[in-house]
Amino acid sequence: MTEDALLSCRDLRKTYGKDAGLVRAVDGVDLDVAAGETVAIMGPSGCGKSTLLHLLGGLDRPSGGEVRLASRRVDQMSERALARLRQDAVGFVFQAFHLMDELTAVENVELPALLAGRPARAARRRATELMERVGLAERAGFLPTALSGGQRQRVAIARAVANEPAVVLADEPTGNLDSAATLEVLRLFESLHAAGQTLVIVTHDSRIAATADRMISMRDGTFIDETRLTGGTRGDLGALAGLEGWS
Amino acid sequence: MSRLRLVGRLAARDLRNRPGQAVLMLLAITAATATLTLGLVLHGVTSQPYQQTRAASRGPDEVAYLGSPPAAGLAPGSAAPAAGTKLVKQVRSQAAALARAPGVTASSGPYPLAGALVRAKGLTAGAEAEGRDGAPASVDQPRLTAGSWVRPGGVVLERTFAAGLGVGTGDRITLNGRPFTVTGIAVTAANPPYPNLCYYSGGGCRAGPPGNGSPRDIGLLWLTRPDALSLATPANPVTTYVVDLKLKDPAAADAFALRYDEGFGPPEMISWTGIAAADALLVQDEQQVLTPGAWLAALLAIASVAVLAGGRMTQRTRRVGLLKAVGGSPGLITATLMAENLVLALVAAAAGLVIGWPAAPLLTSPGAALVGTPGAPSLTVPIAGLVLAVALAVALAATTVPAVRAARGSTVGALADAPRPPRRRPRLLALSRRLPVPLLLGLRLVARRPRRALLGAANVAITMAGVVAVLTFHATAGQRVNGGGSGLSDPVYNRDEQVLLVLTVTLLALAALNAVVTAWTTMLDTRHPAALARALGATPRNVAAGLTAAQLLPAVPGALLGIPLGLGLFAAADHGGRLTVPPAWWLAVAVLATLAAVAGLAAIPARVGARRPAAEILQAETA
Repeated sequence: MTEDALLSCRDLRKTYGKDAGLVRAVDGVDLDVAAGETVAIMGPSGCGKSTLLHLLGGLDRPSGGEVRLASRRVDQMSERALARLRQDAVGFVFQAFHLMDELTAVENVELPALLAGRPARAARRRATELMERVGLAERAGFLPTALSGGQRQRVAIARAVANEPAVVLADEPTGNLDSAATLEVLRLFESLHAAGQTLVIVTHDSRIAATADRMISMRDGTFIDETRLTGGTRGDLGALAGLEGWS
Repeated sequence: MSRLRLVGRLAARDLRNRPGQAVLMLLAITAATATLTLGLVLHGVTSQPYQQTRAASRGPDEVAYLGSPPAAGLAPGSAAPAAGTKLVKQVRSQAAALARAPGVTASSGPYPLAGALVRAKGLTAGAEAEGRDGAPASVDQPRLTAGSWVRPGGVVLERTFAAGLGVGTGDRITLNGRPFTVTGIAVTAANPPYPNLCYYSGGGCRAGPPGNGSPRDIGLLWLTRPDALSLATPANPVTTYVVDLKLKDPAAADAFALRYDEGFGPPEMISWTGIAAADALLVQDEQQVLTPGAWLAALLAIASVAVLAGGRMTQRTRRVGLLKAVGGSPGLITATLMAENLVLALVAAAAGLVIGWPAAPLLTSPGAALVGTPGAPSLTVPIAGLVLAVALAVALAATTVPAVRAARGSTVGALADAPRPPRRRPRLLALSRRLPVPLLLGLRLVARRPRRALLGAANVAITMAGVVAVLTFHATAGQRVNGGGSGLSDPVYNRDEQVLLVLTVTLLALAALNAVVTAWTTMLDTRHPAALARALGATPRNVAAGLTAAQLLPAVPGALLGIPLGLGLFAAADHGGRLTVPPAWWLAVAVLATLAAVAGLAAIPARVGARRPAAEILQAETA
């Protein structure tokens, strides 16, 4: 486990069932993510990527191994401590956006701050600021059903960073988006990366993975390959990957 | 025909797949129909025991009270009231005239009536003491149920009065300070039993016996003529005599009495039908309690079934989508969903009738005043029809909206098992932003499903109304006893208390079922937002507390609304009788206990729901 890793795991395992029906969703994974680094985890559907992400963020508990975030053991935390961790240190972006349908865009973005007990006015100020940063200031009062897929995911990303987390974990963030919307989201991740935000992105889209600092391939619950991409999202890899309009 | 068979088969499969919910729904409707059956079959159940008592005690068709009205009650220009020997002569003359009256076939009396203050086993009560001969009377010879008939120094107590005093044969009591021995216990068809007896003095029911201010809540006893007359004092003279008459046509008793009532003053006539009605007060009181209670139970059953039906729909969205995808029309789907609940309602109605009808005799004991048993009350076609109609109406009222909604909803959405789009209440959302996390989540859950919150409020309001009605009954009865009553245990009060206990337990059980089911349905419906809230930093405790708060928030206005509703319910059941509002602290405790119960019951599904990992739910929603 490297000392400068912000997020790391060792021999991480997650199994379901038993005996003949035993499924090893995550099987002995070791990972170190440095502060400010963007790591893309690739693999086919069902290879355990999402499960790994949930384990890293404390959304699920591992069957074995350990997870550390800023040197704190995540896998041994109580539910309350895990909730605090998700309030302050981890932000999630989901493939299905998971926005609350009855809340407007800005109300969705301010929700993590309210759940963390921040004053309503400060939460709204921060949410409005983030809506501007993701380019949706004029759509702040819209319900999710009135937004396009790309716009919804941008709202979800704004929500993920609302409490300035140490790491953002994104699960197939462009899985439900068309190319144009994918481009919008990629630009947003690029700006987060540029601002020093640590990102772990799970995807099966090689175009997204190509924009990361490091790309890890996963199959049957284990890491099978790792590639360091020197340019990361700051280079022209997006364009090389075939995303129109990328610069 | 094949379409009908298909609906039946689909409904049957669905019921078999979810037996727990079906049983809960069955229980909810059965509780209401059983209570309703009980309330309805109680009509007229005392008539049989009264007739048996009348036959066993040579009960009169007419009871005439002879004597002089008090001075205050005299018509202008009337002569002064008779007393002493003059009164006795006057009474004998009136009695002889009555015995010769057309339609009269037999008579007994006149018997002197004296007021007495009874002391026994530390209790004091007023009594009407009737002087009798040792030989059996041809009309109105009280039927002994224990001991022997009157003798010098020995009294016979009417059975409900003896039970109230807690005395039996051989016990010593005092009448106006003079000691007597209880030689017997008897029942009569010539007087309403304690506590519905009226003390006849001076030609009417105007004042109580000496030392007992109220003319009500007094008992009846028999003793020898000399002993009865010896109880009189200058301050409390014997002014009334009683004559019992048998008529050629007992059915004409009311008309016979009416002829005398049209004139002013004695004799005052009471026909056997009036006494029978007074005897029936015990069961009538039960009916007055049971019938509104049954409707309350029916309302709660509607709430239960509505919540259960809503919950069933929530869990069957995908099944509805599949039915639609393979060509099921909205009509077929509505019919299938409603068929399940209508079948359950039919079974519940039958169960309610089967439980309520035989259970009625348990509540229809005529009391100690009468001999004989009422037998099984009659279960008529109209009663069965009404119970069935109520059960079907409950099922229809509760399932129409969700069934139609499911049938008309999007097939794609249903196939994806997408939850029904939540409501948006901007004001509530804005308010919730300023609240602590559990209340924030709770208020937002309320805002998502306002109709369910209304149902929850109605559930608590109905339950609270029942509880407040019970408290009002106790406060009013307590006030009555303290405000001039004899202090004896009141058989009507005791019986009402038993019935209220049964009703209260039924209402509370139904309300508890509703609370759990509502919280469970809310938990199922809010799995996704709850999991998301946890992914965004809410603790499981926050989420569980939020779900509990979502039940408590509508429960507060519901509990408060239940107070005036309960008072109104009592007033309606008491037919506008005197009402004593329970002390504020009773109501405060009832409200707090109700809210605590709601919170406690909601906490169970809330905790269960909060235990499931958020990732699992979010992944399931994505899949």
